[in-house]
Amino acid sequence: MMSKVTMRLNGKTVSADVEDRTLLVHFIRETQGLTGTHVGCDTSQCGACVVHVDGKAVKSCTMLAAQADGSDVLTVEGLANGDELHPVQAAFRENHGLQCGFCTPGMIMTAVDMIERHGAKLDEKTIRHELEGNICRCTGYHNIVKAIKAASDQMAGMKTATE
Amino acid sequence: MGVQGIGARALRKEDKRFITGKGRYTDDMVLPRMTYAAFVRSPHAHAKIKGIDASAALAMPGVEAVLTGEQLVGDGIGNLICGWMIHSKDGSPMNMGAWRALEPETVRFVGQAVAVVIADTQGQARDAADAVVVDYEELPAVVDMSAAMAPGAPQLHPEAPGNVIYDWEIGDEAATNAAFDSAAHVTRLDITNNRLVPNPMEPRAALADYDTAEEHYTLYTTSQNPHVARLVLSAFYNVAPEHKLRVIAPDVGGGFGSKIFIYPEEIVALWASKRVGRPVKWVSDRTEAFLTDAHGRDHKTEAELALDANNKITGFRVKTVANLGAYMSLFSSSVPTYLYATLLSGQYDIPNIHCNVKTVYTNTTPVDAYRGAGRPEATFLVERIIETAAREVGMSPAEFRRKNFIQAFPHQTPVIMCYDAGDYNATLDAALKAIDYDGFPARKSEAASRGKLRGLGLSCYIEACGIAPSAAVGSLGAGVGLWESAEVRVNPVGTIEVLTGSHSHGQGHETTFAQLISERFGVDTDAVSIVHGDTDKVQFGMGTYGSRSGAVGMSAIVKALDKVEAKAKKIAAHLMEASEGDIQIEGGELKVAGTDKKLSFTEVALAAYTAHNLPEGMEPGLKEGAFYDPSNFTFPAGTYACEVEVDPDTGKTEIVNFVAADDFGKVINPMIVEGQVHGGLTQGIGQALLENAAYDENGQLVTASYMDYAMPRADDVPSYNLLTTETICPGNPLGMKGCGEAGAIGSPPAVINAITDAIGNNHLSMPATAEKVWLAAQPGLSQAAE
Repeated sequence: MMSKVTMRLNGKTVSADVEDRTLLVHFIRETQGLTGTHVGCDTSQCGACVVHVDGKAVKSCTMLAAQADGSDVLTVEGLANGDELHPVQAAFRENHGLQCGFCTPGMIMTAVDMIERHGAKLDEKTIRHELEGNICRCTGYHNIVKAIKAASDQMAGMKTATE
Repeated sequence: MGVQGIGARALRKEDKRFITGKGRYTDDMVLPRMTYAAFVRSPHAHAKIKGIDASAALAMPGVEAVLTGEQLVGDGIGNLICGWMIHSKDGSPMNMGAWRALEPETVRFVGQAVAVVIADTQGQARDAADAVVVDYEELPAVVDMSAAMAPGAPQLHPEAPGNVIYDWEIGDEAATNAAFDSAAHVTRLDITNNRLVPNPMEPRAALADYDTAEEHYTLYTTSQNPHVARLVLSAFYNVAPEHKLRVIAPDVGGGFGSKIFIYPEEIVALWASKRVGRPVKWVSDRTEAFLTDAHGRDHKTEAELALDANNKITGFRVKTVANLGAYMSLFSSSVPTYLYATLLSGQYDIPNIHCNVKTVYTNTTPVDAYRGAGRPEATFLVERIIETAAREVGMSPAEFRRKNFIQAFPHQTPVIMCYDAGDYNATLDAALKAIDYDGFPARKSEAASRGKLRGLGLSCYIEACGIAPSAAVGSLGAGVGLWESAEVRVNPVGTIEVLTGSHSHGQGHETTFAQLISERFGVDTDAVSIVHGDTDKVQFGMGTYGSRSGAVGMSAIVKALDKVEAKAKKIAAHLMEASEGDIQIEGGELKVAGTDKKLSFTEVALAAYTAHNLPEGMEPGLKEGAFYDPSNFTFPAGTYACEVEVDPDTGKTEIVNFVAADDFGKVINPMIVEGQVHGGLTQGIGQALLENAAYDENGQLVTASYMDYAMPRADDVPSYNLLTTETICPGNPLGMKGCGEAGAIGSPPAVINAITDAIGNNHLSMPATAEKVWLAAQPGLSQAAE
């Protein structure tokens, strides 16, 4: 069975006929060719596939593409503003929060959502707890935690500056 | 980025593509007319294949082919090899059973591939794989390594009677026994080193493409060593001669050893791409990864340590059984022998060591190198028994270690290794100071007032990296040389490409290696690019494992740079009419010492390529290559100190402080080195507290997903306190030792020593789950935790 799925993906309207069983992550990776979103497990544990659906962090392997019909989906490719990196992307680089890079897109999308929900209140304990749905095998999390804290502090500063 | 040389915390050049979603991993590659492969895998741990009926699968939509082991063998595809020959102590060669990429007759572990379906889409391939009917006759299976050696046990391979692969020894048995005969105290310890699954976050994948016109194959794959893959695929598996096979390992999402090996799936993808005349892609799902990626560790050991009346160690006697699973993986034989028993001297002056290692087949996934490979098993054994001995004789564990440390270098151990340089007191002192060792009793009392059990554990690890020189490893049975190659190409405009046989799958070579060039020529790191992972671009290389990319890979680059520098100086001297000996390279310029005459590096490079005015007889161009074969292993070492609090009501362990003091020799980029240590520590803590590959008695892997196998998560581990000391490695031009595995090697005994200190019971096996720790902490139930 095929269905027509239409969504806003990184600000552009996209549409395709896909098998009903197509997961959102496969729609993004294969139908749309955006391969920054990764698949690291088959049990929705690892978080390499995290994207934002209507402003909320979602594991795109837990959702059918058809369920995202009409939604606004943001992937890691849509996060930067042109050449200007999102503060979380920049913080991951500045704090060496990535090694092999495979979990990184999901980590970054989770981190953006985490900071948006907690604002400037993020401390190490909260960050570690909030990362329970994202697995990294390279970094030991030390520098990921540092990166998210740094981005959270910076974004809080930016928010204060604009107020 | 500017000029960023040795010692600079340079941010990584490779990061931009990873943080913006532009990394290119094997599963991201798409080729025209691409098909997908799905494997039909055995649900049984041991069974005869009586027949395969593919008729229903072949009739399903999109299915191109269903291929079996009979066809694979018929097409002359060779059996999988083990690349390191070990001889038993009686002189006989190891007993190796046949392993075929698709098994036609007898399956020996759950997940072994028996057929493959090739179809237009991944969904179609998987649906059809489910429809392939395999008629199995189940055979009794054996999972436990001791049971496998018992009389009457199910036999896996006719080549290995009693399931024993080899019965190997190292060291002087008679002298060691004599040391025990005259010992004042003997400490005994039985140790299990739990089986682990490496779990790089990117699952293995392969995309094979056969060009019918050129009779040429291209393989994109998740490899730590694409040239080794090509060599083995050509020389042993008869897929294609080397000049007709290009192997590309693009961005690779972690390896930790598990992507060294050439697995059945890559062989089958290549073979199938010719069979069906279309590109074939296979991507492992996580369950397949658990079932088929080579596992790590899995040792059982009985050990004894002899002390004299002054608490000096006089002998170490070790009997180990190692489970290699159902087949011998590529380097499996070397892990529990030359990568393990040669490190049993630890950081200690032990005059007599004897170790016997038996390896056995069981109906489980093959076991091979995983981060540390043999050295974590040695370190866990040494550091647990050292700690135990100190407690038994009533000495401070720190002082007992210090008393037995090797003090002078070079130091020849009784088990082959000659340690070249180190200062074990320096790392011990640094770690004790950082963790406030002297203040521990007060912290323990304070914790007790809150109802918590506080413990402190040490681990003074040593490891051997580089895995070379080639002649030495060859004499020990290695089938390959373990050197590295490099080529430095200076372009006419002065930018530089460095081609290396090392492979980066998270280690940051594109940055670290560029820093070396930046240091040497004073050029911007942005003017340097590092090329790796493609057999068509880099002539040859041995790849990345055993923490060898710095000590071996960068040394090859240094050799090539020496040649480039010599030629550039000759050209500059000629152009500036100066003596070659007066040319100095500084800040990207070649200067005549004592004058204001100078040429930019770019001007010299351009002159090399215009060739209008070169010294008499000089060839144009500025490009040099080198092969580097080390003179010895390198020996990173350090002290890890772990402090824990155990909740006696729940058995839950919290790591409240973890200090790592490492001596890696010369460090190029401290930021990247710290990252390597953070990751290694977390894998080691994972082994100590969480991770375990568990089989049921029928050979079913019951921990085959992230629901069941406890990967360390962010809130399972602490932030780390890292320190470094430095003794220069005399064996290579940069003085480097290697840092990739130390964390995973040194941390498990520190954690277990800390927990056993906290609960006052030395009987505790890994992983020290809350249940086990709680049991071990209960009076009267203590043995239950082993």
